[in-house]
This record gives sequence, structure tokens and C-alpha cells, in this order.
Amino acid sequence: MKTTSTKFELKMGAATREAYGQALAELGRVNPNVVVLDADLAKSTYSVKFAKEFPDRFFTIGIAEANMVGIAGGLALSGKIPFASSFAVFLLDKGYDQLRMSVAYPQVNAKFCGSHSGISIGEDGPSQMSVEDIALACGLAGFVVLVPSDEFCGRALVHRMAEWSGPCYIRTGRMKAPVIYTADDQFEIGKAKQHGDGTDVAIIACGLEVGYALQAQAQLEDEGISARVLDMHTIKPLDDAAVARAARECGAIVTAEEHLLDGGLGAQVARSAAASHPVPMEFVGIQNTYAESGMPDQLMEKYGLTAPYIVTAAKRVLPRKTGPKYIAPA
Amino acid sequence: MSTPVEPITDLKPIAKRIRIDIVKMIGAAGSGHPGGSLSAVELLVALYFHVLRHDPSNPSWPDRDRFILSKGHGCPVLYATLAEAGYIDRALLATLRKLGSPLQGHPDKRMLPILEASTGSLGQGISLGIGMALAARMDQRDWHTFVMVGDGEIQEGQIWEAAMYAGFHRLSNLTVIVDYNQQQLDGFLKDILDPAPVAEKFRAFNWNVIEIDGHDVEQCVDALQKARAGLTSRPTAVIAHTIKGKGVSFMENNPEWHGVAPKKEQVEAALKELEVDAQ
Repeated sequence: MKTTSTKFELKMGAATREAYGQALAELGRVNPNVVVLDADLAKSTYSVKFAKEFPDRFFTIGIAEANMVGIAGGLALSGKIPFASSFAVFLLDKGYDQLRMSVAYPQVNAKFCGSHSGISIGEDGPSQMSVEDIALACGLAGFVVLVPSDEFCGRALVHRMAEWSGPCYIRTGRMKAPVIYTADDQFEIGKAKQHGDGTDVAIIACGLEVGYALQAQAQLEDEGISARVLDMHTIKPLDDAAVARAARECGAIVTAEEHLLDGGLGAQVARSAAASHPVPMEFVGIQNTYAESGMPDQLMEKYGLTAPYIVTAAKRVLPRKTGPKYIAPA
Repeated sequence: MSTPVEPITDLKPIAKRIRIDIVKMIGAAGSGHPGGSLSAVELLVALYFHVLRHDPSNPSWPDRDRFILSKGHGCPVLYATLAEAGYIDRALLATLRKLGSPLQGHPDKRMLPILEASTGSLGQGISLGIGMALAARMDQRDWHTFVMVGDGEIQEGQIWEAAMYAGFHRLSNLTVIVDYNQQQLDGFLKDILDPAPVAEKFRAFNWNVIEIDGHDVEQCVDALQKARAGLTSRPTAVIAHTIKGKGVSFMENNPEWHGVAPKKEQVEAALKELEVDAQ
């Protein structure tokens, strides 16, 4: 399957993990209370950018994620604003009890970043790939859960995390991300970004899937199907108003995420739409499996996450629309 | 800022009152953990009435010493101590574990904001304490952080992640107190997973270690004061040898009393012993 449309070309920018490091350094310059922790992956998560500039406010914890999360909790309880990072799979899966008990439950003002999310990390393989972190982070009561789509979105959201009072999680990626925004675009926690105002189908995506969704939108337009894309960079608190509007105005939703379909973006959007304006939905995501080693593009293709899969999902959902019968363009 | 420092001779009667409160409150609640509350009485009395720099009239004093009860199930002894010290109304003790009470079944900072941390999932308190000790060091403040862990609790792996970090970074403004009562829920440590030798383990992780009889208030005060002084450029582990259920003859050294509340007649029998002893 190939995308034939030329209306949306993906121009690659920096990875969202690089945006995280850049934003940390920016925060360090303006807020002396910002401190950063890492569990021996600072060069990979890009927290090293902060470490180089502010060595006295950087804590290298060693390979001990549970201890790192607890230390972040203690720093926050003492008035600091800690940002702790590791690979998403290690931070969430090894630090989960600590995220729950030492951070979420007492509503401590600590911030967390899980990098190398999804399967697009490529060659390192499934032991390093987090396909469940969105579900886990959403399972922490009171947490904000963020999944930026590009470097500008990521950088802005890290600043919003610092301003937010309470625990936050941001999911970043290893791979270069397509440029969708500019440095002037504004981002607000809990407010989706809408691209286009198509009314046949709404594609709600997060992370790298937003780029693929925009490609799919262009392809669908070539075929006479008008789609809108929602960049749902905040999974929690979900923009229920945007979901309801999309459901009402389009009558069908496709979600796309680089995450297991169990408990991720699709599940959250389905719950939201079911409560406001139920419409038929299709779900693009990882289906009940762990991936494998390979080049990122090969994996995204093999596991059904690229634009053509979103196009197919859109075409599958359209005939299921209720109300005035949808007539496929000739 | 004032710091209440009671003469050491007055600490024993305080400990006796707190034991009575513990038995009464768990009896009234109908559930709770008497064994590990009674084992920690002298340690908390020494801390709150002689060692900690704190001010019950100003619980958010930025330069107060911090205390985290990592073994959260032992909270009756903490609540009774906080009442005795004047942080909370004594009448609240009767509401332990009841709906809406600030005295939750395990320490809950949302409901009782004067607590330094919410605990109850074992193994996490030392990491929190490290975060606090690092914050003090960064800001060049001289307050000290104390964390109490259970001896069963140190079976948790996170304890040793934290011990390695604090020892390596020479966090001399951090003290861990091990309530070494030799028992855990399912029985004796020696029959489950014996962490011994505990002192050697902490020494191997570059900690200063002081071993004491955890029911001798003079020894408790002396060890905790030395730890607080931070003279060794290392974190200190105070290994306090204690008796689970201390003070109530039928509870002492009996793992059955880890997490079971005394019934009405058992409360009466226990109070009889404790009140005779208190006279």
C-alpha cells in the first residue's frame, strides 16, 4: 500500500525526545526550582541537555527506576519541580507502584517523561518498546498524560507541564518526527488541535500517528472523502468537547496510535464518544502483540500503523454511519 | 521557632500513655496493626519529644526535620504520638479507620496534610527521604530527614536501590531507623526471608550503623541524636532491636498480632497491664 497523494509531504524535524531536552534547558534558565533526574539514559532521553547546563540540579540515579520515582516524589514534597525520565517502558513498568503510591495518590507535583515509546524505536526490539505506557499512565488517578506529535508540540507541552500543578507524564519518541507546527503555535493541556474541517470522518491521532493521519487525510480528499484530523496530544484529561463535536459533525471516528489498542487513545476516545454522541469507530493501533527488531519504517508498515491503514479504516467506518445513508463517491 | 524537648526522665511515662492509646484506638477501630505499632513506641517518643527539630504549632515550618513512616501499617503509633505532641486533637484517635477520618488505615497526606508522605506500599520511604535530603542539601538547609522502615519491609528491592544511592552520595542528613522486631505478617523473619545480617548490609552500602535496644529510651535518644548530628559524612542506619507487641504480654513476640485488632475483653486485659505499668 502506497500513499499516492502529494498534498501532504512529510518533512522530518527533530524527535520529540530532543524537544524534551531543549525545553528542560529552557526551563532551567528561568526556574531555579526545576531539577532533573534520569536513570542512566540521559543521552537517550535528551535530559543530558539540562545536565550539561545545570549539573548541580541534575541527579543521575543509576539503573534504578523505582528509586528515581520515589526520589522525585521527595524532591517535589520539598518544593522542587522534578522532571524524571527514562525509556517509557522502564519508567512506567518498573516505577509503577512508586508512580501510584509516592506521586499520584498524594498528588505530588512531579513530572515524568518516557522516551523511546512505541515500536518506532526500531532495531532494539520489543524489550525496549513501550506499547502500554499510555494505558498505565491513564491508570494513575489525577495524572496528566501527554503525547506530542512533533518537536514544537513537544517543547510547548513540556513548558505547560512545568506550569501545571500536579503530576504529569509525557511520552516522547526516538525517531525524527514530521514537522506539523511552527514555534508560534500555541498548545494547551486538554485542548486538541484540529486540522481541516472535513465532515465525512474524524481521524483522532496522537504522536507519530498525527503525521500519518494528515497523509491519510490528503489521500482521502483525493478520493472525495472529507476528513478532519484531531491531534489529541492530551490523552488525559481528554478533550471531550472536541470528541463530541467531531462525532456530531462527522458521524464516524477513526483513532490512530502507536500503542496497544488496549487502554490507549482509542479506548479513551470511544468512552468519551459513547458518553456524548456515539458513532461508529475504527481503531488503528497495535493489536495484542509485541513487535520485533527492524527499521522503524518497516515496523510501522508491518504492524499496520502507516497512512494507508488509516485510509482503509476510514473507508471501513463510512458504510457503518447511521442517519442519511452515506454514498460513496463514484 | 520552638522545639519541644522533654527531659529524658519524662519520656517513659509518655511512652506508656501512647501504648494505651494504641490499644484503645485499634480496639475501637476493630482492625489495624498493633504488633508493629507497639514495637516502635520508644523510637517515636525519642524522636518527637527529644530529637526532632519541629514545632507542633507550625507544622509547615520549612526548616523542620522530616519524619516518614515507611512501614505505614504502623500508623497508630504515629497518630498517637502526633496527638501527644499536640499536632492533632486527641479525640480524633477514636476515629481511626472510620469513614471521613483524617486517621486513615495507612498514612494519607491528602486527609492529614501534616504528614510528610503517604505510605502503605512497603519499600518506598527511603527513596522519598533521599529526595528530601537532596533538596535540603541543594538549598543548604540543615534540617534532617528520618525514615522508619520495618525489618520485613527491607525485603523489598527498592530499599537497597535507595540504600546504595544514599550511601554512595554520602547523604549524612538522612537517617533510617529499622524497627527490627523479627516478625512479619506470615510469621518470623527466620522462617520466611531473614534479612540478617542487617547492620553488615547497611555498612556494605557505606552507611554509618548504630545498633540499639529500641525499647531503651536513653539508647534511642542517644543514637538518634548522634545520627542527626551527621558527624560521619554518611547516612546513618539505626538498627533498633525491638519486640513486636511490646508492653502487652499476650501480644509480645506473637506474629498473630501483626494485623489483628484486640477484642473488647482483650483490650481490657491489655489496658489493665499497661495501666498498672503506667502507675
